[in-house]
Amino acid sequence: MNQSWLILGATSSMARAFARAVAERGDTVFLAGRDKDDIRRIAADCMARGAPQAEALLFDARDASTYPALVQRLEKQDGQVNAAVFVGSMPPQSEIDADPSLIDGVVRDNFTGPAQILQMLAPVIEARGTGVIVGVGSVAGDRGRIGNYVYGSAKAGFHTYLSGLRNRLTRSGGHVVTVKPGFVDTSMTWGIEGMFLVASPDRVAQDILKAVKKKRNVLYTPFFWALIMLIIRHVPEPIFKKLSI
Amino acid sequence: MRWKKTEYCGWGRAIRAQSDIVRPERQSALASLTKDVPAPAIGQLRSYGDAALNDSGYAIDMTRLDRIVDFDPEEGIVTVEAGARIGDLGRLFAPRGWIPTVMPGTGFATVGGCIANDVHGKNHHVDGSFGEHVASVTLIQNGRRKSITPAKNIALFKATMGGLGQTGVIAEAKLRLKPCKGDMMVLTERRIDGWDEFIAALDNSHSDYAVGWIDATAKGRNLARGILEEGEITSGISPRSGKSKDVPFDAPHWALSAPIVRLFNEAYFRRVPVGGRTSVKPIAAPFFPLDAVYNWNRLYGKRGFHQFQCVVPVAAVSALHAMLEKIANSGLASPLAVLKRMGAGRAGYLSFPMEGYTLAVDFPNRAEAAELITRLNRLTAEAGGRVYFAKDSLCTPDLIGQMYPELSDWQEAVAKADPDGTLKTDLVRRLKLRDSK
Repeated sequence: MNQSWLILGATSSMARAFARAVAERGDTVFLAGRDKDDIRRIAADCMARGAPQAEALLFDARDASTYPALVQRLEKQDGQVNAAVFVGSMPPQSEIDADPSLIDGVVRDNFTGPAQILQMLAPVIEARGTGVIVGVGSVAGDRGRIGNYVYGSAKAGFHTYLSGLRNRLTRSGGHVVTVKPGFVDTSMTWGIEGMFLVASPDRVAQDILKAVKKKRNVLYTPFFWALIMLIIRHVPEPIFKKLSI
Repeated sequence: MRWKKTEYCGWGRAIRAQSDIVRPERQSALASLTKDVPAPAIGQLRSYGDAALNDSGYAIDMTRLDRIVDFDPEEGIVTVEAGARIGDLGRLFAPRGWIPTVMPGTGFATVGGCIANDVHGKNHHVDGSFGEHVASVTLIQNGRRKSITPAKNIALFKATMGGLGQTGVIAEAKLRLKPCKGDMMVLTERRIDGWDEFIAALDNSHSDYAVGWIDATAKGRNLARGILEEGEITSGISPRSGKSKDVPFDAPHWALSAPIVRLFNEAYFRRVPVGGRTSVKPIAAPFFPLDAVYNWNRLYGKRGFHQFQCVVPVAAVSALHAMLEKIANSGLASPLAVLKRMGAGRAGYLSFPMEGYTLAVDFPNRAEAAELITRLNRLTAEAGGRVYFAKDSLCTPDLIGQMYPELSDWQEAVAKADPDGTLKTDLVRRLKLRDSK
């Protein structure tokens, strides 16, 4: 069956790697984001790599009026329609401390914005009886830490949403993969101190594709983050609250 | 954009530098960056010495600006961002009947790097240098984009091809691909027993792709024995390519010591049967034999290595023979030694190629090797030849004028393009390339 992917946050490093990977196997891509000039380049790149069709679409997580057109575009597409959510933002915790109103934007970008679109898309997947949603969260959503707990809590909300959506879509043949990347070598993390075991976006993209194929529910990528987070999740709170990891 | 203080080195790992590096992922970010902090662009760091280094300065990492912006399957013209890797273009387009006309020995090299070094491939005697197939380049000079073509911007274009990134940040390029039958290569390998036979075989080769491997440890009557590889692209079914292997740590310094290299070379020579052999392989194997081991440069240990590559005119072929004798007698050579016939094709003032023969040899980074290379550099200049900036780490400014007679034309164009010298690199400073007399 023809496969199409709506890719939200298409200019992100991981989204670009993912779009390329699906383009090279012959899927159609709808690339959605704010920087339309840049997205046109990504679309051209996907076409040259083998996508039968690649379109640049406007999407701004902070502007709900850009949402419906995306879902409508997917509805017009034959075959299986999928979505992959890479949108997100992570202002430094110190900026948030100085201006707590930034929290709204963080929650919007990482959770409520994408959740609204997926909510509109769910009936399309249900009607077709097939379709995959890839939601990229973060290991930061597994536990609140001093360094980025606002970002982490938005991602945690998104994780819980994805888990509920999976519960819903699985009844009609759809599937949801929750992706929790560890440190990835992106423009967001370039030059940040204290990074270790950094994975390339291409590797993460390949891991995601494998998880989609195997219908995995939750993917930690690279895999060893599952173990790291298992430990971190099980540190008792009286101890955890004193740590600054 | 965030800058990252990074210690880095060329492929030979013998020279290091520390720079503040930024890595834009969008053209808009690149444009604003180059306005605020003009700095040289770097790619995959596959040049061996200090061509991509800017110690105690700034550098712009172009590797994430690697998109194919346009592809015309009728004409075989592709427009790419400078960070695109040449091997990826081969992999993507060869099955569709087009191949980059010139590909260097590693597929990891970026298009920007291929232009800045006007690289050549195993088909130089047929198709010339990389820059001869570049239809246009988009440069960024002080934040402003400028598209240049060989017809309209003669001097600037010639200063950009092989121009070591000194005319502006190479942001994008339009390349003319070459039609090909498929993504397989018919490869014929045969043993060559000595110097005269090697030169005759290279002169008489009619293949599109031809390169000689030399056992640079063989002396006396075996001097210059080796293997001649000749290839033609063909169609066929390419098996899925395997993952490249990894050298997980720096090898100890004796890993490539003389006895081990001699043993290896003996085995490598005997691998090809006396009567030669022909096989059909996916193109990546003969084009990029060393890419199969992703970071083979670690085999030289943490001190790294130098590569010496020179070209001498046809008439000076005996000088090359003398150099090879010195190399063989030194006992310093590594398994990697390559001899090739070059055509006259070159696209820029500082392009390396000239009609003649080119020899490339790796040496572990040791004091004796540095002395030997210094002598070889001098012999090259005396023979009317030149050394390759993409490989060099030991040449000296006094030899450059002799090797590169168009240096002053280049300097004139570069002075106009980058009057404040913001794009200088360690190599440019070491060889005083921009200091006009």
